[in-house]
Amino acid sequence: MPQNPDQGISRRRLLGGAALAAPAVAGLALTRGGDSAVAETAGRAHRNGHAGHAEFPHATFAAGRSVDHAANGFHPTEVLRDFDYGRTRRLGSGRVLRDWEIVAHDREIEVAPGVSYEAWTYNGRVPGPTLRAREGELLRIRFVNASEHPHTMHFHGIHSALMDGMPGIGGNRGGGQIEPGESFTYEFDATPFGLHLYHCHVAPLAAHIARGLYGAFIIDPKQGRPEADELVMVMNGFDTNFDLANEVYAVNTVGFHYVEEPIEVARAEPVRIYLVNVLEYDPVNSFHIHGNFFHYFPTGTSLAPSEFTDTVIQGQAQRGILELEFPYDGDYMFHAHVSEFAELGWSGFFRVGDPSRLTAAAAASMYCDLPWGGGRPA
Amino acid sequence: MEAGARAERQLGGGLPSWALALIPLALIAAAVALFALLGGPGLGERTGPPLEDLSVERTVLRPGVIELTLRNDGPDPVEVAQVAVNDAYAPFAAEGGREIGHLGSTTLRIDYPWVEGEALEIFALTSAGGTVEASVPVAAETPEDDLGFFGLMALLGIYVGVIPVSLGMLWLPFLRRLGPAWMGSLIAFTVGLLAFLAIDAGLEGLEMAGEAPAAFGGTSLVFLGGLVAYLALAGVDSYLTQRSQRQESAGAGAFYLALLIAVGIGLHNLGEGLAIGSAYAGGALALGAFLVVGFAIHNTTEGLAIVAPLREGARPGFGRLLGLGLLAGAPAVIGAWIGAAAFDPSLGAFLFGLGVGAIARVIVQISPAMRDADGRLLYPSSVIGMLAGIAALYLTGLLVTV
Repeated sequence: MPQNPDQGISRRRLLGGAALAAPAVAGLALTRGGDSAVAETAGRAHRNGHAGHAEFPHATFAAGRSVDHAANGFHPTEVLRDFDYGRTRRLGSGRVLRDWEIVAHDREIEVAPGVSYEAWTYNGRVPGPTLRAREGELLRIRFVNASEHPHTMHFHGIHSALMDGMPGIGGNRGGGQIEPGESFTYEFDATPFGLHLYHCHVAPLAAHIARGLYGAFIIDPKQGRPEADELVMVMNGFDTNFDLANEVYAVNTVGFHYVEEPIEVARAEPVRIYLVNVLEYDPVNSFHIHGNFFHYFPTGTSLAPSEFTDTVIQGQAQRGILELEFPYDGDYMFHAHVSEFAELGWSGFFRVGDPSRLTAAAAASMYCDLPWGGGRPA
Repeated sequence: MEAGARAERQLGGGLPSWALALIPLALIAAAVALFALLGGPGLGERTGPPLEDLSVERTVLRPGVIELTLRNDGPDPVEVAQVAVNDAYAPFAAEGGREIGHLGSTTLRIDYPWVEGEALEIFALTSAGGTVEASVPVAAETPEDDLGFFGLMALLGIYVGVIPVSLGMLWLPFLRRLGPAWMGSLIAFTVGLLAFLAIDAGLEGLEMAGEAPAAFGGTSLVFLGGLVAYLALAGVDSYLTQRSQRQESAGAGAFYLALLIAVGIGLHNLGEGLAIGSAYAGGALALGAFLVVGFAIHNTTEGLAIVAPLREGARPGFGRLLGLGLLAGAPAVIGAWIGAAAFDPSLGAFLFGLGVGAIARVIVQISPAMRDADGRLLYPSSVIGMLAGIAALYLTGLLVTV
């Protein structure tokens, strides 16, 4: 949402100042863009309700144009189920060593149809690759900075200060700020299990994160998690005009992408969503699903859910795992219940089973099949 | 010296003078073409991102639709990629295309179920991620530009222009009863009134110029308009003075002054009508009866100003007086039409500038008539007269801001 404090002030000035400044109608009638100080019409507010009959089921981008995912180099639908397990080998101790190479690039991406943004990326995509490991492994991440700006990789997890990706710590023996053309290898244990994230920690921090340098980081518990259709959703936004407020909100970068291309899931099959909030410039973000409830595992660090709900709120860097099943066929919306974000791009649909099978009779007969017996938490 | 004169003769050669005038032009054209052909040698590549500068020229509200006319004020083409209303992206169509070239314009038809009485904040997102914002403080449907609407605008112009000015002129019999000692004060009253109008028109013009694209001149249009009107009136004046010296008649001088005042006020009312028309067309102006009454009272003083010089000399005929009233008041009708049908902030700024220049010229023209026996312009009763003129407009002006 673009903020323009000046505009508000100037309008107030005009409202108040008109009485002094205007001996002629011109003075009170004409302001910026046909604004007027005359508030008389306010008294007629809501007389007609919504003025108009145009079809407007939900906010959306202009028709006839889509984001060029090929040019972007990544596709939000593929990002959903794309887990980067790196390469593994077993050490002499029997422990698994897992390593990745991550390269930072500057790259122009299309965040809404026709709207380009000079992003800074990990491995050319926003969000960066979803790094996935298992609890107890030794992780080694070689970071190469091919960007024109200094960056780091700062992981959320339990590790030494030297491996924190934080410039200036420990005399920079932990790599410090990785300058353009340089590289550094971070090494630490995969702990604790749960859903985490990584991001650049070079100052100015908000700018480095908002430009796109972040990604999900999953550490599976030793025993693993039950089989499910697993999806990664990184809630983000883009301040395209650099006024420290976002113009486009999204899950996995492209606004309204999952409206245009609903996420296809099977009916009555377990679905697991890894939900991470990296949104800059707004204090909270949220996730709400239509026609369904989910079990919520905050940070994924406990195997017991904390809540059975249809809406969660996350502050920046908060994350959690959602587990659910869709009992009915059909299209189910999901969106930020910060409705402003929803209408600025953070909305999507799940397409469950075959929507053509959706009839009132079928819906009624399916009620007894609910996995949790009609609304009771499992 | 001699060598120089010879050189001049040689340069002049056998060429006709029109050729001598054309040669520099041809050379300039050739230099420009060569410069463009070579891609601006020595200037290097242009640095920095493209400059995006869009201004909102017009906002029209129809049921379920918002029409936004944008003009590209910057040097580079700008592409409007998306549009959001009150922080919700909305589908839209661009009549002039989504890409707007330098000084080009396009009209966005945005589908949005706006609600009457609410405020609207609209932003257009460009392909480079920039935003251009427009706001409507109180949403109301824009009147259709049909015949009835033009009739309404004409009625409005007559209400605020022709009628009050004509009514003000009815003070003439009263003025003619006043003794000759009042003459200076009356002219001073008119000068004060005109000075107020000039300041007002200047401020209006500058404010409107603030919305206008800088590429068309912006604020300089107000000053250019002022200069044009001042010089044009001065030129007409000197022409008429030459003629009237040949056919001098009693009262002609006084009527001439009244005519000048009427022209100045008329140009001012043209700008005023423009402002009313565009505000009404934009749905921004609620035409309460009280507002119209306020205007009428306000503009009545203008009629008084016109007849002030007619206190002396031959009694002017009814037709001539009516002509003066129309000259001063009717431009409000024309202004309202222009403002409602084809409002353009650049045009508005220029028209307000014309008003300022015309009034300034009229002040210069009529000031000598307020000289006292000692030839002074500023003496107690003239100063009081001017202050009274300013106060009259200021106080009646308060009526129209309610």
